[in-house]
Amino acid sequence: MSENKQHIIIIGGGPAGLEAASKLGSAGYRVTLFEKEEQTGGKLRTWYKLYPGFRLAEEVQDFLANEIKINVPEIFSNAEVVNIIPDNKYHTVVLADGRSFIADAVLIATGFELFKGEKKEEYGYRIYDNVITSADLEKKLRLGQPLTTANGQTPARIGLIHCVGSRDKKVGNVYCSRLCCITGVKQAIEIKHHLPKAEVFNFYMDMRMFGQNFEELYIEAQQKWGITFIRGRVSEVAENIDGSLQLKAEDTLSGRPIKMNFDLVVLLVGMVPADRTEAIGKSANLGFTSGSFLASADAQIKPNETNTPGIFVTGTCKEPLSVGETLSDARSAAVRIISWLREKREIN
Amino acid sequence: MKEWGYSILKGRQIDFENNDFSISRFVELHEPSFSWCIGCGSCTATCSAAKFTDFNPRKVNLLIQRGEIKGIEDEIAKCMLCGKCQLVCPRGINTRNVVQNIKRAISKSYAL
Amino acid sequence: MVLEGKKRVWEDYQKEIANDHYFYVRSCIRQTFFPGSETTFLRIMKNDLGKDVFEDARHTTCTGIGYHTDIVPLETTMTVIARHFALMTEAGYVNIIPSCVTSFGLYTEVLETWKHFPEIEEKIREYLWKATKREFKIPENLVHTSDIIYKFRSQIKEKSKVSLINKRTGEPLKVVEHIGCHYSKMFPTSGVGGAEFPSVLTGMIESWGGSVIDYPERRHCCGFGFRQYLVMANRGYSVSNSKKKFESMRPFQPDFIVANCPGCSMFLDRWQYTIAELEGVTYDNRGMGIPVLTYEEMAGLVMGYSPWELGLQMHQVSVEQLLDKLGIKYDKEQKYRGAKGQKIGEPQKPQFLIV
Repeated sequence: MSENKQHIIIIGGGPAGLEAASKLGSAGYRVTLFEKEEQTGGKLRTWYKLYPGFRLAEEVQDFLANEIKINVPEIFSNAEVVNIIPDNKYHTVVLADGRSFIADAVLIATGFELFKGEKKEEYGYRIYDNVITSADLEKKLRLGQPLTTANGQTPARIGLIHCVGSRDKKVGNVYCSRLCCITGVKQAIEIKHHLPKAEVFNFYMDMRMFGQNFEELYIEAQQKWGITFIRGRVSEVAENIDGSLQLKAEDTLSGRPIKMNFDLVVLLVGMVPADRTEAIGKSANLGFTSGSFLASADAQIKPNETNTPGIFVTGTCKEPLSVGETLSDARSAAVRIISWLREKREIN
Repeated sequence: MKEWGYSILKGRQIDFENNDFSISRFVELHEPSFSWCIGCGSCTATCSAAKFTDFNPRKVNLLIQRGEIKGIEDEIAKCMLCGKCQLVCPRGINTRNVVQNIKRAISKSYAL
Repeated sequence: MVLEGKKRVWEDYQKEIANDHYFYVRSCIRQTFFPGSETTFLRIMKNDLGKDVFEDARHTTCTGIGYHTDIVPLETTMTVIARHFALMTEAGYVNIIPSCVTSFGLYTEVLETWKHFPEIEEKIREYLWKATKREFKIPENLVHTSDIIYKFRSQIKEKSKVSLINKRTGEPLKVVEHIGCHYSKMFPTSGVGGAEFPSVLTGMIESWGGSVIDYPERRHCCGFGFRQYLVMANRGYSVSNSKKKFESMRPFQPDFIVANCPGCSMFLDRWQYTIAELEGVTYDNRGMGIPVLTYEEMAGLVMGYSPWELGLQMHQVSVEQLLDKLGIKYDKEQKYRGAKGQKIGEPQKPQFLIV
């Protein structure tokens, strides 16, 4: 290396990548960050409010942007990484435009994509006009658009379907996306904020309220907002003659099939790894989880390490995580990279 | 009429659009904790009546909320009002008052 | 409804359909239920499209009904189907086209089973040899006959004399399409368009000028079942499922129903009579019921064939209301006359259903 400073490359400029870049930058390392999009910020830019406290996603974006201003890494935007060539001493990171960069350590933070709702054909997303995804709902809320049906009516009854693309062998994803449950509770309440008279129903298999204040928010949804939770996975959505939707599920707690009409249906789509994660992971000889997320070297004691020394993983490229968990994980990755680089320097 | 040897069945699907929510609304108005249930079943587990009859307080509560009220009068009559369910309910539902209000709603609908 | 969304799904479920030289295997029940349908298929294929379709009179049941009612063991079913493959092989054909959706489903299931468990195929080859001294090759192309009509829908359109358009209003006829469960629910990739939004019948209807109704219970089974309708006491399940569909399609006021499965066509037609007699209800506005066609009958009407040659007089729900809409002329006197002009007898009039 031309400089004395050790060099870390971070792939992905979402919350995980930005937080790690800031922390590694403040520790005095030379950090280069590659972001495939024009702007950094990742999926956080598309979200409106965050559970459980309904704070604006923008505030977290601002926090990350301010941190980066203080600890400035070199950021390349529109820079898509295609592969990593691992080596004993330095790893080479290759971009789509052919440029390549070398680094002492590489942190993969390629994040997630949302499961494509249309893959669950039986729900008719992108076929039935009044079936939308949780991401579509966030967009409406963020842009301040009214919550209406496709023909501009105020919906009287809205259904939210949990586990779309999660815990579902049929679409190849057996894992739990973890965050859709709490997103469903949050969005159901937000719908009530906007449409206090609307009836809101959530169809769930289990309510996995694992985080701080999550169960409390679930209770609030029931007790303060009158949201109804029906335990049963929706088997199919069909369109009535007036454009409203007929849902079929089993009300498993009564052991009976149930049929209901809705004006608007929201699919709580889960997380899948970002498109390029698989190719990058394979090029660096990394392991994968059943859902093709990047596997940690050890779930308990090496969460950010991989089976290739010097290549680290953080954020939602390794598992579905909330924004808060992602930032914690990025800090954890930064600390481990710092200690690993010190060990490396001492050996050299 | 011909003898067919079979008949058209009334479905057992819960037809939400055509169900009767009068009892559900009445109970919810007078005892809002009625709709806080998360279906854990600890009420039925501890229920005195459930040990010796097919009474299932969790299910009765749920079916009323789904507007399935056929035969509800006979069902709710099985409750002995011992209050054990209220001791175990993790959501703090006032189950005795729920039962009392279900009975009130039923008698009210008869009065009408 | 966004049609583009459906087209996107259809693109994921396109299958190879052979272009010519077919070994045709008939259905057990269709020749009595809808006696003109299979003849019409052969007429279109041979006379109008000039295709080579071969039949062997030694072909038997696939045992589908017996298999689905737990009467025939799976090994026997497989051996019978292996014999059909042998007849195909002996005749020098590689493309097999069953007329029955349950046969198609069963053939698909058997081939899939053999793919995963080659030892079972070996065992069945041995059974067939011991029983009949026959050998067979695995078909290169197995499709349902509705897939064939789907494939040639544009050629049929070119030669057609009638469009699925209401002559009086100029509007496309509103058509309910119903796909047999065994067509694609077991193996979604075996059906054109998949299982949720199958396009095999939709493709025909839209090519020939009609519009398709997507009603809420479209994907629901017709209720035919096997154990369900064979045992009288169980028929309530069967008719109740059909009723569920009729109630769901009623607001759309369909002009007719078309199905690609023997049982579905039969029961969607006949149960309308049963429901009318039991409950005094029909699902149209005139008390006449909704006409039900097989896809071959629909193709035959489009080709300008005589409705009585198509066997439409054998339907329970009268088809005349549909023929009038299509502007098809027909001779009432000929309805109950056989091929040689002889009287074939007339059915009794139902009490409620207007015929």
